[in-house]
Amino acid sequence: MSGLLTLRGMEADQITAILDAAQRFADSWRITAPGSRFAGRTVTTAFFEPSTRTRLSFERASQALGATVMSFTPESSSTAKGESFKDTILTLTAMGSDLLVVRHMWADSAALAERWSGLPVINAGAGKSEHPTQTLIDALTLRQHFGALEGLRVGIVGDVANSRVARGHLAAFPVLGMELTLVGPGTMLPSANPWQVRTATSLDDELGDLDVVYLLRIQRERESVDGSPSVSSYHRRFGMNAERLSMLKPTAVVLHPGPINRGVEIDDVVADSERSLILAQVANGVPVRMAVLESALGRPN
Amino acid sequence: MIVIDNARVLRATGIESASVVIEGDSVLSIGPPGDRNGAQVIDAGGAWLGPGLVDLHVHFRDPGQTWKEDIGSGARSAAAGGFTAVVTMPNTIPPIDSGPTAIAAMERADSQKEVHIMVAGALTMGRGGMVMADLDAMYEAGIRIFTDDGDTVSDAGLLRRIMRYLADLPGTVVADHAEDASLSSGGHLHDGSMAALHGVSGSPGVAEDVIVARDLVLARDTGARLHVQHVSTASAVDLIREAKATGVRVTAEVTPHHLALDDDSLDRLDPNFKMYPPLRSPLDRKAVAEALRHGVIDAVATDHAPHSEAEKAVPFEEAPRGVIGLETAAALTCTALGGDQAVFFDRMSTAPARIAGLARHGQSIEPGSPANLVLFDPLRTWSPEVFASKSRNSPFVGRELVGKVMVTLHEGRITYEGGVT
Repeated sequence: MSGLLTLRGMEADQITAILDAAQRFADSWRITAPGSRFAGRTVTTAFFEPSTRTRLSFERASQALGATVMSFTPESSSTAKGESFKDTILTLTAMGSDLLVVRHMWADSAALAERWSGLPVINAGAGKSEHPTQTLIDALTLRQHFGALEGLRVGIVGDVANSRVARGHLAAFPVLGMELTLVGPGTMLPSANPWQVRTATSLDDELGDLDVVYLLRIQRERESVDGSPSVSSYHRRFGMNAERLSMLKPTAVVLHPGPINRGVEIDDVVADSERSLILAQVANGVPVRMAVLESALGRPN
Repeated sequence: MIVIDNARVLRATGIESASVVIEGDSVLSIGPPGDRNGAQVIDAGGAWLGPGLVDLHVHFRDPGQTWKEDIGSGARSAAAGGFTAVVTMPNTIPPIDSGPTAIAAMERADSQKEVHIMVAGALTMGRGGMVMADLDAMYEAGIRIFTDDGDTVSDAGLLRRIMRYLADLPGTVVADHAEDASLSSGGHLHDGSMAALHGVSGSPGVAEDVIVARDLVLARDTGARLHVQHVSTASAVDLIREAKATGVRVTAEVTPHHLALDDDSLDRLDPNFKMYPPLRSPLDRKAVAEALRHGVIDAVATDHAPHSEAEKAVPFEEAPRGVIGLETAAALTCTALGGDQAVFFDRMSTAPARIAGLARHGQSIEPGSPANLVLFDPLRTWSPEVFASKSRNSPFVGRELVGKVMVTLHEGRITYEGGVT
């Protein structure tokens, strides 16, 4: 019985097995009644950071497997402190959870939750370190669209240094045979490159070579963005607009983990174009999480 | 009377195999084994005998955080590590920043006999970096080393006034924790591969370099004696080397963990590997080790920073900075220096004693010299598991180390005896 803390160190066949299971759920879950295979099991979602989409899709996936869902969201930011984080994990464990789905602001939060609880833990976003189910969703979406992942050229665009989504992709995409290029201003690229992937600071120079443009969400407060002079200047250099869309190969697609900032990293015309796989990504959220939950819950009843 | 037979003794003239007789608080004689009626005899088995180790940088957390360490446990930890003198940092609660707090701290320091404790005072009131501390009153009380350790004085104008002021007070040293907070902000690890891989904010080496450069310029300008604490980067080493060559009055220290470990030593986010400055790149580690061998970095200092297990058993980014170091320092330094006895005792005893102005420490073993001594077996292997310190936040727990302190003598009294069979 094992959860999913990180994709680092996973082999291609392990990841592919999850994608295969997710594909089976994708084909069937909406037309099949909730099974009773995991009836009586309790999946607890413990989200110490705000998230609606990820939490809802984990909860929907749990219900689809027949499990009971318990949902914890802190009332104040005081629970973000390490000590009460531990107390909360111990409390949720004592309340009869069989599995924890954890999102927290610290990089090692999921690993600590596993150590403290002794339960399988699924990492639903840990600090800036990783968001493995998002990575699996994106891999599945690309496999559905292209048929195979081997040889795809993927550009990850934006604040890579601060992105947990990008770190999951960096761990898994090369293992699946994809070629990654990190694109952004130098201020947004990681200051070391242990993955030994390509980096580029001009999006326009890369567009013609890419099969996949993966746009990261820009974290902004009003008009300011860390690592860029302004929102508009980020948009000018890296925003995916109509002109840049026309520079892509005819077969290339655009992905985004959501929620999107229209007019910042992506323009309406791109988000709503047929080249955008954003809604397909969202649709894959439940089946991928069903596959991960199924494997973590272990033997069915 | 104590007789230590069969030791490799550090003399002014070189290393000598001899027996050393200790009477009272001094060395009585050095020579072939002789009369020993009633003496306690220790067979050194060829181990090194030299001056007791001196640590320019420890945190004993007393007063204020005595669940981590106190004067008694800190002193026992020092003795177990072969130290006969340590300098305690002023970031206690309350901090040592005035005459009365200095006098109280020195009285507490003298309440034990395991090790000589020299108390350092703060540069600014409350270590707040805003207002000059009461330097005169602390100087009169006997404080000679001044530092806001844990923070630098970020206001360069204030630091310049402090350095200019202390330049007039003989024997004083300004010791600086070189970290520009605007550059290190939020960094939990070195800004290198490990930080990138794990998605943890990194603190770049330039956070140190910028402050070292500023401090060297101010030391040249004011004439103050500067001591750069826990140097961790290759660039800081270059800056210090260059400044020394042009006559700036500067000394520097490096920690044993920066000699032994680097960013590649971490395979997961373990809070017992979290400290400031962080473990740097392998190139930085090589540079500081080489600088220590060549004397560009003068001394080893542990930055012994105890934290309880509960305090460290939290997410990495929330864990307090610092690791303990007193009990593993000798082994790690000996290994980093390639087992050179003369260089080992210079960097761990003679040089730090000179920097601190400790006359009874750091001397070669001669008739009449103070019996502040350590017997160190450079070949013995061991694994640290149990510590005399109240805390055990060490990255070296369970690791095999080479080199073990066997006996420590402070003012002629055995304060540690752990390796003699």
